Amino acid sequence: MTDKFPELEDEQSPERRMEGLKALRMFLWLAVVLIGALALFAIFGGERHSAPQQRTTFADTVGGPFTLTAPDGSAVSDQTLAGKPFAIFFGFTRCPDVCPTTLSRLAQLRQRMGTDGSKFAIVFVSLDPEHDSPEDIGRYVALFDTPIIGLTGTDTQLAQIVKAYHVYYEKVPVEGGGYTIDHTAAVYLMGADGKLQSIIDHHEGADASLAKLRRLVK
Amino acid sequence: MTIRPFLSAAVLSGTLLLGACNSAQETESPVGAEATGSQIAITGAWSRETAEGQDTGGAFMTIANAGTASDRLTGGASPVADAVQIHTVDMAGGVMRMRQLGDPLDIPAGSSVKLKPGGLHIMLMGLKQPLKRDETFPLTLTFEKAGAVEAEVKVEPITSEGPMGEMAGGHHD
Ligand SMILES: [Cu+2]
Repeated sequence: MTDKFPELEDEQSPERRMEGLKALRMFLWLAVVLIGALALFAIFGGERHSAPQQRTTFADTVGGPFTLTAPDGSAVSDQTLAGKPFAIFFGFTRCPDVCPTTLSRLAQLRQRMGTDGSKFAIVFVSLDPEHDSPEDIGRYVALFDTPIIGLTGTDTQLAQIVKAYHVYYEKVPVEGGGYTIDHTAAVYLMGADGKLQSIIDHHEGADASLAKLRRLVK
Repeated sequence: MTIRPFLSAAVLSGTLLLGACNSAQETESPVGAEATGSQIAITGAWSRETAEGQDTGGAFMTIANAGTASDRLTGGASPVADAVQIHTVDMAGGVMRMRQLGDPLDIPAGSSVKLKPGGLHIMLMGLKQPLKRDETFPLTLTFEKAGAVEAEVKVEPITSEGPMGEMAGGHHD
């Protein structure tokens, strides 16, 4: 047993060198494979990163030209708003619950942003021109203690912006006369380029919305 | 869900304490309780201020039934509005849909129902004048067993999500 070891050692000494070279070659091949895999991963990774760009093509369909009327009677269009990000929300002044809650939260988030809070506009579009005159909307948005651009327009003007922003709304009669308006409750965050950057969902937490707004004014 | 019984108990005990301070409830509750087993108390009633021209408003509150029999809210009235309705808000698919509640609202015995933004509210239809910040107005709610129960509704700023202390946990359902 003991004499077999030197024998083996003697026999394997040159082989070991060969093994060493083989191992080196193996290592190099492995390295090549690894680098190849990394390269592929990088490409895949790159493709994954480009996925949001596909969503951007959807985002590209949100927004566009519109003309509405401000409380002072002046016309406000997409061109008026261009160059500054804005958060736009659609509703009606007689909405007792979701509209004031949404606008209040935007006002509070703006406050939490400090000086950055003034780097985006808040736009409220009334879908109820039958009831909400531009003056009514002005008085309504003034209650929120933060600048809010309150707009509405003719049915034709509203049809244009509602289509541009993929907003759903429908008048629904209520018992005892009158009507309510079913409407999309999302807040659209539009970049300074007039393109959709993200959407604030009614159910999301304040911190998630705050992060989106901070990104909007970056 | 698990904290619900605790919350109800907390609201109920708070309600009973508040009820003791409220002369309207003091005179009304014993009668209701003896006659029908329903003992309704309305607490934390608030509404958002409204702008001129905004002729509807929503009121929110906690309705507690400390009695031994369940009761149902059937409607109400207020001198500030033409009509008072019970409304629900549905947000399915990201669309706000407000509807009048089809059936009276159940207020189970030993339990309370909270009307809050994003859910149920008392809808004030045809406001006669704007609701002004910090003012109060009377609201009478009608229950099947307890009959008419009075509440004072505090008008909060439009940015309010409820009186202090009512806001905790009110953000998410
Ligand atoms: Cu309502």
